[in-house]
Amino acid sequence: MLRYTLKRLLSLLISLAIASVVIFAVIEIAPGDPASFMLGLNAQPDTVAALRAELGLDVPKSERYFNWIGGMMTGDFGMSYTYRTPVAEMITDRIWVSLPLALYALTLSTLIAFPVGIYAASRRGQAGDMAVMGATQLGIAVPNFWFAMMLVLIFAINLRWFSAGGFVGWDKGLLPALKSLTLPAIALALPQSAILARVMRSSLLDILSEDFMRTARAKGLTRRQTLFRHGLRNALIPVLTIIGMQFAFLLAGGIIIEQVFFLPGLGRLIFQAISSRDLIVVESVVMLLVFLVIMVNFVVDLAYAAVDPRLRSRT
Amino acid sequence: MTLLSVENLSLSIGSLPILRDVTFSIEPGEIVAITGESGSGKSMTAFSVMQLLPESATTQGAIHLNGRNLLTLPEADLCAMRGNDVGMVFQEPMTALNPVKTIGDQVAETILIHSTATQAEAQSQAATMLARVGLPQDRFPLSRYPHELSGGQRQRVVIAMAIARRPRLLIADEPTTALDVTTQARILDLLKDLVNEFDMGLLMITHDLAVVADMAHRIIVMRHGEIVEQGDTQTLLATMSHSYTKALFEASSHQVDLPEPSEGHIPILSVENATRDYPLPRTGLFAPRQHARAVNAVSFDIHHGERLGLVGESGCGKSTLTRAILGLEPLQSGTITAFGVEVSPSMPAAQRVKTQVVFQDPYGSFNPRHRVARILSEPFYLAPDAPKGEALTETIATVLTDVGLAPSDATKYIHEFSGGQRQRIAIARALITKPELIIFDEAVSALDVSIRAQILDLIADLSRRHNLAYLFISHDLSVVRTVTDRVLVMQSGEIVEQGDTDAVFTNPQHPYTRSLIAAAPVLPDLKELSDAPA
Repeated sequence: MLRYTLKRLLSLLISLAIASVVIFAVIEIAPGDPASFMLGLNAQPDTVAALRAELGLDVPKSERYFNWIGGMMTGDFGMSYTYRTPVAEMITDRIWVSLPLALYALTLSTLIAFPVGIYAASRRGQAGDMAVMGATQLGIAVPNFWFAMMLVLIFAINLRWFSAGGFVGWDKGLLPALKSLTLPAIALALPQSAILARVMRSSLLDILSEDFMRTARAKGLTRRQTLFRHGLRNALIPVLTIIGMQFAFLLAGGIIIEQVFFLPGLGRLIFQAISSRDLIVVESVVMLLVFLVIMVNFVVDLAYAAVDPRLRSRT
Repeated sequence: MTLLSVENLSLSIGSLPILRDVTFSIEPGEIVAITGESGSGKSMTAFSVMQLLPESATTQGAIHLNGRNLLTLPEADLCAMRGNDVGMVFQEPMTALNPVKTIGDQVAETILIHSTATQAEAQSQAATMLARVGLPQDRFPLSRYPHELSGGQRQRVVIAMAIARRPRLLIADEPTTALDVTTQARILDLLKDLVNEFDMGLLMITHDLAVVADMAHRIIVMRHGEIVEQGDTQTLLATMSHSYTKALFEASSHQVDLPEPSEGHIPILSVENATRDYPLPRTGLFAPRQHARAVNAVSFDIHHGERLGLVGESGCGKSTLTRAILGLEPLQSGTITAFGVEVSPSMPAAQRVKTQVVFQDPYGSFNPRHRVARILSEPFYLAPDAPKGEALTETIATVLTDVGLAPSDATKYIHEFSGGQRQRIAIARALITKPELIIFDEAVSALDVSIRAQILDLIADLSRRHNLAYLFISHDLSVVRTVTDRVLVMQSGEIVEQGDTDAVFTNPQHPYTRSLIAAAPVLPDLKELSDAPA
């Protein structure tokens, strides 16, 4: 298990190194001068020159790469050109919205998907299964912003249980903060849970036809015991894969939901940065997202090994 | 009191009748074997006793275990019965165990759900049971996972699970079919000992008549969901009042009429010091890569028209050697020469024309979306002067006729054929390029005995008509004995013995060959049986 963890850790570091080089190369080395790109077509030459100096574009590229990486490791992400504030500060503000929102949505989606998937699998082909399959089909087909609007209409405008948008901030206390994230988290979670429930169902159905499930029944276990003691853990591997991918999506892909609920999240930040051609922000946020996604994959890899002993010994 | 009595059991799944009027009984300490070909309903009979049937199954009749009719018991009582009064051992030990639980937990689970034992007590009973089935704690601690054990060892774990509560009845569904002969012999011995020790009844399901004759006190022969004949083993074998029983036994000990080997020793394939290594995963990050030697300095020739056998247990390197001969994998040292040219993965495709192969699995070795004509003409991609159009259709018709199928079968899809017919198509695919050497890799192992007999006859017949040479790879000694002139015995990547088939089988020199032959269950000589007073 230790060797497996170390190997995964090594591959994590290599992925990070490669990703950082690629992001740096695409944004900084790609044709065109970042400074003139950021300032647009009508920029004065001396403004461009000033920006070049400010961005440190006059030093060699390799040095700039290491400055960038070194800066990020010490928490210095550079200055946003548009907002004239340190990028680190902007990201810190946003990530305290995006990360909890993603985790919240993922938790909801898992809490919905597991029982639903297990229920459908245990009633394969029966009415309950059909209902689940139909509902999840709908959940996948309907875009999450539609759910978002419906949730706002029902729970914010009609029932007035929640506010229609905005984030109160963590300094107002845990519960109010979570409350303001609840509607967006549900909107994000519904389509994800529909996908996850289907994966859970089909993965369990595959396991249900395995020989060892029959062995378990022959030992005298009831259908239910067989499902929970022998089926579930074996069915988890594909489910974990999807959970890992969904987390990555939820982190950055929530941009429309962030717009609908006026949440100051990473998705909005990166969208604004791209629109205003603020390459420093784009570069840093993308790197941060890559870092988070790779970390999540690392955790998923460890979870695989925790679930399946065969992976542990294969190193 | 009779332990198990099945009375007029009929079973259908949906509207499909599976069993009809099955009646038999088992006494404590008795070994009863149900035998028959695939689709005879023998496994379904076993699952009926366990009451582990598909939901759409409907049953009539009665199954009395210790006087209780299982067909009327509620599911909760059945759960209490399974594993406690009746244990079951399955065919495929590789998949019968949960891969994510330790063997200790899996054996202990049977004990925990049927008794008030604590976790610690159950674990210690599990340790005792595992030791009893030949997995002592010092070498196989409870913390082992199934993937750390071999097939035979896993089957022992399955047996330990089944007998953990000392059930009155043990059902074994093809318990040794997936195992090597020497392992099979040991597992069968274990089952026999357990029956004596626990005074259990054993209901054994097997297609292998040699195993049946060796083990069972009584035999039940089934066909198409019905019992055609049952009785005391000695008497049944001696009289065989039903023609199907007779046919089954004859097919099992089928001897093909092999033509005389052609004279003139022109080697068409020579393997010289062939060595094949596989890299193993690194043990440490910077540790040097270790290698496993699958084939070690193997040398032999196949002459024109010669029928050569290759026997050995799983993992001995048979399949690796086959892939090397086909030029699918490189050798680490040594050479293989076929028809005067060296074989290697990079050899030109046209060179592959003269050596063809037939694989074991008639279900998995075809693309289900291609018609037979396309499947058969596939090897022509290798041939520079492949027939086209009318000529191709004619060639396809010829090979189909050659293997006993109709030319009109060319337009059908593979799912329209039975296992035996599929294997004929596989042979036709191998024949179409007019090869001089065919490799049969366990080509009859997945077939029922009567189909197997037909395919073996076909192989003998083709070798006569086309003067074919072949390498016949099998774990089944009786089959190799009848279809080959010469045989190689392979163990751990090396050829330990070779010689004329008859000489090797009647007078084996190497201890490994001797152990193989001793372990293989043999059919009793039917003539002797019927002459002896019953």
